[in-house]
This record gives sequence, structure tokens and C-alpha cells, in this order.
Amino acid sequence: MIDFSYTIWILLIPLLVFVVTGLTGNRFKPIVTGIVGTTGLGVVFLLSVFTAYKYFFVIDKVDGAFQRLLAFNYNWLNLTDKLHINIGILLDPISVMMLIVISTVSFMVHIYSLGYMKGEKGFARFFSILSLFSFSMLGLVIATNIFQMYIFWELVGVSSFLLIGFYYERDSAVAASKKAFIVTRFADLGFLIGILLLSYLTGTFDFITLTGPNSPAFTSGQGIMFLGMSTMTWSMLLIFMGGAGKSAMFPLHIWLPDAMEGPTPVSALIHAATMVVAGVYLVARMFPIFHHQESALDIVAWVGGFTSLFAAVIACTQYDIKRVLAYSTMSQIGMMMLALGVSGYGGEEGLGYMASMFHLFTHAFFKALLFLGAGAIIHAVHSNYMNEMGGLRKYLPITHATFLIACLAIAGIPPFAGFFSKDEILVATFHHNKILFAMAYLVAGMTAFYMFRLYFNVFWGKDQHYHHTPHEAPATMTIPLIILAIGSTFAGFIPFTKLVTSDSLPFETHTEWGIAIPAVFIALVGIGIATMLYMKQSENSKKISLALGGFYTAAFNKFYIDQVYLFITKKILFNYVSRPVAWFDRHIVDGTMNQFAYVTNVVSDRIKGFQSGQLQQYALVFVSGVIGLALLFTYLWTN
Amino acid sequence: MFEGVPIHWFLVLATTMFFIGIYGFLVRKNLITMLMSIELILNSVCINFVAFNKILFPEHLEGMFFTLFIIAVAAAEASVAIAIIINIYRRIVNIDVEKMNEMKY
Amino acid sequence: MLFSAVIVVFSLLTVTSRRILRAATFLLFVLVSTSGLYFLLRFNFLAAIQLTLYAGGIVVLIIFSILLTSHISEKLAIPPLTKRLYAAIAAVAGAVLCIVTILQTGFVQKTMDPTRVHIRTIGEGMLSTEKYGYALPFEVISVLLLAAMIGSIILAKKRND
Repeated sequence: MIDFSYTIWILLIPLLVFVVTGLTGNRFKPIVTGIVGTTGLGVVFLLSVFTAYKYFFVIDKVDGAFQRLLAFNYNWLNLTDKLHINIGILLDPISVMMLIVISTVSFMVHIYSLGYMKGEKGFARFFSILSLFSFSMLGLVIATNIFQMYIFWELVGVSSFLLIGFYYERDSAVAASKKAFIVTRFADLGFLIGILLLSYLTGTFDFITLTGPNSPAFTSGQGIMFLGMSTMTWSMLLIFMGGAGKSAMFPLHIWLPDAMEGPTPVSALIHAATMVVAGVYLVARMFPIFHHQESALDIVAWVGGFTSLFAAVIACTQYDIKRVLAYSTMSQIGMMMLALGVSGYGGEEGLGYMASMFHLFTHAFFKALLFLGAGAIIHAVHSNYMNEMGGLRKYLPITHATFLIACLAIAGIPPFAGFFSKDEILVATFHHNKILFAMAYLVAGMTAFYMFRLYFNVFWGKDQHYHHTPHEAPATMTIPLIILAIGSTFAGFIPFTKLVTSDSLPFETHTEWGIAIPAVFIALVGIGIATMLYMKQSENSKKISLALGGFYTAAFNKFYIDQVYLFITKKILFNYVSRPVAWFDRHIVDGTMNQFAYVTNVVSDRIKGFQSGQLQQYALVFVSGVIGLALLFTYLWTN
Repeated sequence: MFEGVPIHWFLVLATTMFFIGIYGFLVRKNLITMLMSIELILNSVCINFVAFNKILFPEHLEGMFFTLFIIAVAAAEASVAIAIIINIYRRIVNIDVEKMNEMKY
Repeated sequence: MLFSAVIVVFSLLTVTSRRILRAATFLLFVLVSTSGLYFLLRFNFLAAIQLTLYAGGIVVLIIFSILLTSHISEKLAIPPLTKRLYAAIAAVAGAVLCIVTILQTGFVQKTMDPTRVHIRTIGEGMLSTEKYGYALPFEVISVLLLAAMIGSIILAKKRND
């Protein structure tokens, strides 16, 4: 049994970096903080790779399956005899995979930020909060029990809030960070209720017990029905609500596009590759229980499918490149949820699970690459909007090449990574539900379309007149781009079916050409349409958007979901809930306190005459008191 | 004739004098008359001590010595009090106790 | 008996008289009568001391200060009725309480023992350092008197402002 206790350093190093740089960041030159943060993450990256190597290739499998190891399990809080909250490190295929994803992307983002954030005022603060985020996310994925995951979940939310609102002098950034925090917090309310319900029904928080073969989750909570679904299903749904908030599923998606107010490396790290996949990870973690509750899993699938379609439609109309990427992320995560939702459990049945995890892995690479590339573009052109860009391929060669690779990957063109993972998702969906398959198929096509629309608008098209010639990004920014591009290209060849599956048993699979070829076909169709419309400057795109009329306007305005939310909060909540509460607070609670003070004032005014300064009055009181006491003690106290 | 006077007479006398002195202290406005009342009180205490000493404990002399000391202390205290009164008179040409009320709210 | 009556009457007059100098005189009479009482109790030495110090010293001091600080011929104001009432109630209540207690207490010895006290015993008692000796209080009293003297001189000094 190989000792994995060194894995505690994977958690502790970012935490230490956060504390140290947070406290001392302003004393040293900014570059020192940057180097400290980057080195810390570099060490974490190496440790994660080493752990993965040891876990997958060195230690033995049990019954042919990968073991779930507890490197560390410390009993932190005992709520009752059997119910306790531990803090520990759980190593199992998905957590080790996530360790690799998080540490790689975080490391790349750290290196990139050395160049991107250079000269910014809050440079040191940026790196310390990045470390806090890395710590929280790593803690989330290696959590041994659901409560520990919840703790780190909230920490991740806080780090996200701090990073979105990084440019705190901008009102829009502050509003966006508040929106993100409030929406995810609202989702976390559901999550917490779900956790409490689950632990009440099963008597434990621990993942290994909950998702093992004889889990109490399979048996309890089945009898009581509430609104047609059993309690266990409700708890699963509430837990999924938490995941949906974090992963920006409809209708809790409104925070993700606004979160693009943060600096681009933040968008790359948090809102593309790591935090937003936390919801998917949660469902994957609790997958055996979800699988047991049919209705919950169905809801997961439909929510995922609908979100991916919805986001893809909106992405086709947006002009801000970061927003296009945000909606693209939403769409891809929807696909991951969809894949989980259609999956079975065990062996070949668990194809959806494996596909979802595989897509998570590859998506992290190319989405991070896309965002970092977008950052390089913004850095060169100083604008976020597509209609102000064009013809950049001449000025930004490396960015151009890596961005193209990423676009091909996300569109699903072989042999890039996206092809393999997306293909598996489509296969899994096809075998489960044809309508969902149709939706997924359409989304694949639209993904190709809007990504290449973005690509052509930026790099081809008419040459704009720029204020100053755009220059290629410095080496600290291009090296991560290149590394991620390599990842996007070759990650598809990793034999995921051998490593990460629903029940940890590896299985064999082969490419189903019946699905793969139509998938590539529709991707090429999408690319073709985009080329026709956008490669050369033309008016065709405008004509189509006018022809679509109302639908186009609705999609451009993100289907007015934000306005609906505003209406609900402003008109209904503020007027009917907040106003009475505020009135109560001001008049009754404060009023009582004011009354106390007023009464005290009046009374003290009346009795201040006792201190009159008149000697004889004092003497009188004194003598009377003495006589009174003497009387009391002599005659009235019958002791 | 005098030997048969029971002790209560002396004590009652002393008590009466004591409380007359207290009445005078509480009523009088002039500081010096207040001082005179205080002397009355002290005197009554002296009588008390002497009475107890003579009648209850004929062999010892504690009461007498105590009374001696009380008289000495009363003298010292009266002199200091007079000094204060003179000082006050110099400041505000008035020794009315109701005018001396600066230690108040 | 006579002395007691005298004492009571004059003390009442002291506290209620309207002219200051008359009050001082009545105080003098009270103190002299007290001294008489001591003589009857065969405390000759104490009576002499009382006469010398109290009647002679303190009353003279008081009269001096009266002459220094107030208008002698002016009549003192009658205090308002409420004040007199409250003070009277307090005093009377206290007096009643104490007298009742006294009368109810059983004393061991009721009357006086007519032995005389020798001055020699007093002297020895005052200066001896044994169990019933009063040497220490004697010294302390002398220090106290010194302090009082110095204090009053400083307090009553004329300031050269």
C-alpha cells in the first residue's frame, strides 16, 4: 500500500501562498509575488502529475477496479455518534483527473498572468486570491464527504466573487461580482437543504459510504412521497440545484456572462475550466445515488440539454468575444450534464459518465486556451468587441495558430481532442433518448458555427485601422498558449475508458462510426456557413439577422431572462418582502431601543436632584437611612 | 443621694443630647452653628462613655481615657474646621451652607 | 438630676436660638454642666480637663470665629418648615428607637460605685506600656495635635495673591 500522505501538500501549498502573499504582498516588488505564486502552483502541478501516475499506473487495482483511497481522514466535528464531518483527501479516478486539470490550468494561468497583469495596481492581490482559489478548488475535488465539499464550495464562491470584482472601481464589475455571489449563494441554499436531507435520511456524509455498493441511500427515503417524488429524489434535486447554480445551468445562468467583467486570466481559470465544472463534478461524485433515482437523473439530462441549446443560440448573436466564449462554456457544460444524465452505471452502460468526464478534461484545455487567446487579442487591440477587429492574423501569428487549434477542437474535428469526447457524448445520448440526441446534434453544429464566426471576425475580414499596430503578446503569455494547444491536440488520445469510468472498472470501447461521421459532417457544415458569411467582409450576415427578425432580437438580448429576474426582485421581492421587513426593523426594533434610551434619559433627569450639593440634605438622608436600617434590623427582621 | 442614680438616666440623657445635636446639624444654616451642634454630639458621646465606665466597670479606666482622647480630638477638629470656615469666608463673603453646593450634578 | 435638666434645656436652646452669640453662650453652659456631671461621677480629673479644653478652649475659639465671620447682631433666619419637619422627624424617630432599646436592655450593674479615682493611677495608666497602658495613643494624639495645628495655620493663612 503506497503512502499518499504527501498529497496534503497539494492542498497546503496554495493556502500558504495565499496567506503569505496576502499579508506581505505590498511590501515587495510585485514580480516577487507573481513568482512565488507561480512557483507554488508549479510544485502543485508536479505533485498532481506524480500522484496521477502513481494512482493510475503504479498501485494495484482491486477486483480490476481502481481503488478509492483515503490519503487522509481527520475527524473534525462529531455531530452525533455516527454523523461526523471529516476533513480528508479522497483519491479516486475522477478526483485525480480533476487534480490534473485544475493544477495544469491554474499553472498556465499563473504564468500567463505574469505577463497579462503586468503593471496593474492590484498585481499582488491578484496572485494571492488566485492561490486562494486554487486551494479551494483542489479542496473541493478531493473532499471525502459532502460537507467538506460544501465548505470548499463556498470558498470557491468567495474567491470567484473577489476575482470578478477585481477592478473594484468599476461599477459594472462590482455589480457583476455581487450578482455572481448572490445567484450561486441562492443555489447553495438548495444544496445545503439537499445535504441536510440526505444526511438525515442516510445518517452519514461520507462519500465512500454513500456511493458504495450497500449504500443507505439506496434504501432509505423511498417511502415518503412529496409532490409525487420521494424524499431521496428531492434531496438529489436540491443538491443538483446547487450544482446548477455553480455550473450556470438554466435558469441560474445569469451570472456567467456578467462575470466576464473580471480580468481574462480569471475567466480562463474560473469560468471556463474549473469552477463551472464543479457542478458536473458534484453530479459525477454522487452518480450512483442519482442513477438510483430515475427522475432526478432525467431532470439533470433535460436541464443540461436545454441549457446547451439555449446558450448556443445566444452565442450566435453576441459581439463581445468574451461573452461568446462564456455562452460557449455554458453550452459545453450543458453537454456534460446531458451526458451524465443519459448515462447508466457500470461498464458499457456507464458510457455517458465516462464521456462527460472525458469532455470535462478536454474542454478544460481548449476553453482555457480560447480564453487566454482572447486575452492576448484584447491585450493587443484594447477592445472586446468583434466588430472593432479584423485581419489580425497578420499581426498575431502565435495567437492565431493556437486559437485556430482550439476552435477546431471545440468544433469536434478529428484528430483534435474535442472530436473524441464530443463523439462519446453523442453516442451515449443516441442510445438513450432520440430527442436529446437531436438537441445535442444541433448544438454541435451551432458550436462550430459560432466559434468560427468568432474566429473569422477576429482574424480575417476587413483590415481595421487600429490606433497603434497590434503587437504579439510577450513570451509569458504565448508559452501557456502553446502548451495548452499541445494539450488540446493530443488529449483526445488518452484512453479514458481505461482510467475513469462510472464504477472504476475499465472497459473497452470502439468508435461508433455511425455517429461519428454525421457529427463531423454537421461540424463542417457549421464551419462552411461561417466561412461564407464571415471570411470576407460582406452584408450577408446582416441580411440573415434581419430576416430572422424578432427571434434574432430576442436572442441578442439573451431572451430577456435578466429582465425577468430584475422584475421579480424589484417589483415583487422589494415591495412585498423587503419593505415590510425594513419598516418593522426601523420602527419596532429600533423603536424599542430608542424608547429605552428615552426613558433612561427622563428618569435620570428626574433623579439628578439627589446630587444637589446641599450638605444638609445629604446628612438628612444619611441619618434617616441609618435609623431606618436600625429599625429594620431590630424589629422587623424576625430571623 | 446621687449614688442611686440608675444607668439609664445617663444613657437617655446622652441620647437626647445626641439627637438634639443631629437636629441642629440638619436645621441650621450658619456653618458655625453647625459646628456647635457637632460639639454637642461629641459631648453626648463622652457622657455615654463615662457612664458606662463608672457603673459597669468600676475597676478599669478605659472610658475615662477614651473620653480624654475624644476631647483632644474634638479640639483639633474644631480648630481645623474654623480654619476652613475662615477660608471660605474669605472667598465668598458668606458662610451659608446652602451656598456651598459645587459638588453637584 | 438638675444637671441633666440643665443640659437638655440649654442644648435645645443652642440649636434653636436666633442669635449666634447666644447660641455660643448656651453651648458654654452645656459644657459646664457636663463637667459638673463628671464631678458628680467622681471623675475629677476628667471634669477639669473638660472645663479647660472644651469650655475654655473650644468655645473661645468658636466665639473668635463668630466675631471674625458674621454680623453679630443680625438675627439668623428661621429655616423653612419642611426642613425643620423632616429633621425633627428623623431626630425624634432616632431618639425613640434608641431610648426604647436602652430601657429594654438589662444591665448587669445598675448604680454607681462611689470610689474615687486617684490621679496617680491615671498618670500611670496613661504612660504605661503594658496591657492597659495608653502610651501609644498618647504619642499619637500629640502627633495629631501637631498636624491639626499646622493644618489650620496653613489653611487660614492669608495668601499673597
